[in-house]
Amino acid sequence: MIGGILTNRIIYKKELAPGIFLMDVEAPLVAEKARAGQFVILMTGEKGERIPITIADYDPKRGTVRMVFQVVGKTTAELSTMKVGDTLYSFVGPLGRPSKIDKYGTVAVVGGGTGVASIYPIARALNEAGNRVISIIGAKTRNLVIMEEEMRSVSAKVVVTTDDGSYGKRGFVTEALREVLKEEDVKKVWVVGPAIMMKVACDVTRPYNVETIVSLNAIMVDGTGMCGTCRVTVSGKTKFTCVDGPEFDGHSVDWDEFLNRLNRYRAQEQLAFELHKRRS
Amino acid sequence: MAEMIPIKERMSRSPRPMPEQEVKERVRNFDEVPLGYSKEDAIYEAQRCLQCDPPSCVNGCPAEVRIPEFIRKIVDEDFAGAYLEILKTNSLPAVCGRVCPQETQCQMACVLSKRGKPIAIGNLERFVADWAMKHNVEEKHEKVKKSGKRVAVVGSGPAGLTCAADLAKMGHDVTIFEALHKAGGVLTYGIPEFRLPKRIVKHELEKIKKLGVEIKTDIVIGLTKGVDELRDEFDAVFLANGAGAPQFLNIPGENLNDVYSANEFLTRCNLMSAYRFPEFDTPIKIGKKIAVIGAGNVAMDVARTALRLGAGEVHVVYRRTREEAPARLEEIVRAEEEGVQFDFLTLPVRVLGDAKGNVVGMECVKMKLGEPDESGRRKPIAIEGSNFIMQVDMVINAIGTTANPIVSRSATDVRTDKRGYFIVDDETCATSKKGIFAGGDIIRGSATVILAIGDGKRAAKAIDKYLSEQGSKDH
Repeated sequence: MIGGILTNRIIYKKELAPGIFLMDVEAPLVAEKARAGQFVILMTGEKGERIPITIADYDPKRGTVRMVFQVVGKTTAELSTMKVGDTLYSFVGPLGRPSKIDKYGTVAVVGGGTGVASIYPIARALNEAGNRVISIIGAKTRNLVIMEEEMRSVSAKVVVTTDDGSYGKRGFVTEALREVLKEEDVKKVWVVGPAIMMKVACDVTRPYNVETIVSLNAIMVDGTGMCGTCRVTVSGKTKFTCVDGPEFDGHSVDWDEFLNRLNRYRAQEQLAFELHKRRS
Repeated sequence: MAEMIPIKERMSRSPRPMPEQEVKERVRNFDEVPLGYSKEDAIYEAQRCLQCDPPSCVNGCPAEVRIPEFIRKIVDEDFAGAYLEILKTNSLPAVCGRVCPQETQCQMACVLSKRGKPIAIGNLERFVADWAMKHNVEEKHEKVKKSGKRVAVVGSGPAGLTCAADLAKMGHDVTIFEALHKAGGVLTYGIPEFRLPKRIVKHELEKIKKLGVEIKTDIVIGLTKGVDELRDEFDAVFLANGAGAPQFLNIPGENLNDVYSANEFLTRCNLMSAYRFPEFDTPIKIGKKIAVIGAGNVAMDVARTALRLGAGEVHVVYRRTREEAPARLEEIVRAEEEGVQFDFLTLPVRVLGDAKGNVVGMECVKMKLGEPDESGRRKPIAIEGSNFIMQVDMVINAIGTTANPIVSRSATDVRTDKRGYFIVDDETCATSKKGIFAGGDIIRGSATVILAIGDGKRAAKAIDKYLSEQGSKDH
């Protein structure tokens, strides 16, 4: 309870696409401070783990924080079964540093999968700051494309890609990004999505010498700089994703190390998910 | 009052040891290692006390516990009275009785320590606190006049809890802000179950809440709310956020997959109950052969936790010798008993990994001790050409922690030193900004629970004085 308002309560929930959910959580203190690029850490129950989720939107007036997540393991599966009116065991934020928003000129934002939800507040802030925003959003297939309307409302141009060509351009967002870089004088790029996609996007922008900001989805526990499990090497120096990031210059990130570190608990994560599926 | 036994007998009696779990049993469970005194043990030990006046033991206690008084009440079998005597100055007796380094504090100051037989004050404190918990002894709260003043405390570790409890007893309204989902700070996330059971921490927290202290979890001061905002909303602020940021050696390979910080390893295990995975969702990995770097209390906690999680072999790697190791001797001995191996005079220089990022070894160099350095300890010097590879598959870094800048970043005009610790007045814990005080590890770097408690007490006194001065100015 904060100032008489019950917090951490789910007040809106919607399945955006199969397995991809949008949720609004009542958290007035978090909503008041949240900025584009930051994240929250939540727990579904007392025995749960702490997982970071990027803030997709926030409304200080209503005191709500929006997140979009895909069911990829036990905690997200559990979260997806929670209903409007249910209360999260823990919800803390806003964590990490906000995106640096300035007037750059033409900028490109690239979102893959649920990364689209994370890139949306960044695109909106860039648009509000007077930039010409070119958005590239992608998914495996048509029904997994999310938040296209929202992205259109804050972009000068939107390119949609699907891996199977069922909607928009066939192929990956990274290829569409290459096309945009060829045609436009892009000053800065933001990429949010699966780690491998961000890595490839950085390879695409490198020859164009365009600064490319990525938002790293590192494994975290506390999210406040206490455990160091989210550490990443950037320009040869160790950084904590939770307090120094989550955004970094993608060209300076040691991607091989980052990708290895993401796999640390793969076996345990699969076990927990399997046991959960068997129970439910 | 019960008669004290004759002085001669008091002097000749040997200290009563505390029974412990058998080594082969305890390395397979997370239950507490020392089992506690029986009533008879406690009385027998308490009878040895010389009841010095003035007592020297109290000088060794940062919490100024009324040691002879509480021990006298044990002799009288008035255990509830003994408990209330301790509570007069220390709000966390069940914690202190377990984790305080009494051998370098009250027990070192005990006159009998000259004969090598100091009173086992810590054991007695623990007995009294446990007895009180079992028998639901409650502190009677005299109705204090409410001051109408509100104090914000940042962090719910030992410094914050002590300061909050003392201020509440003085009539102030106290709110503690905790960043994690559970209160207790290092008592909850850091110190393992086998040294400080979490039910004990929970009990101490409940007791402090009963004083009227409100604990708000999940609020990261510096992000959810700034220190400047707290200063505006409250009449005074006490910063006790700890020194939570893990340090690394900055050697190649430290970001390989199976290199942990002690903080991560212990937080997963203690705060998140990863030792009960998959019943609890947070996983933890455990190697076949683990190197723990450092030889402080945290390193011992990590090494002993690793053994309990099923590690095949655990090595403590330390660049100096057993004599210089900062851990309590008791902890080193227990670790040795349990099978932890110690590689002294050894410094890691590189962690080796395979293509997938798994740890496959650690390159170390042998050291020798040279002349004493600033810390007074002999400086370790690398022996050239002595490099060798230690076959390990997991490395846990326990070389210490430092200030986390999140809190100080949001505290305008509160001065910090080069390392990021708040600069305070020794007597009052006052920072450079009026109305803001600080204590615990965030003013000196990682230290002990009892030093933090001492800070909390001094700060409470100073804050109370500050608030009364403010009050008289207002009217």
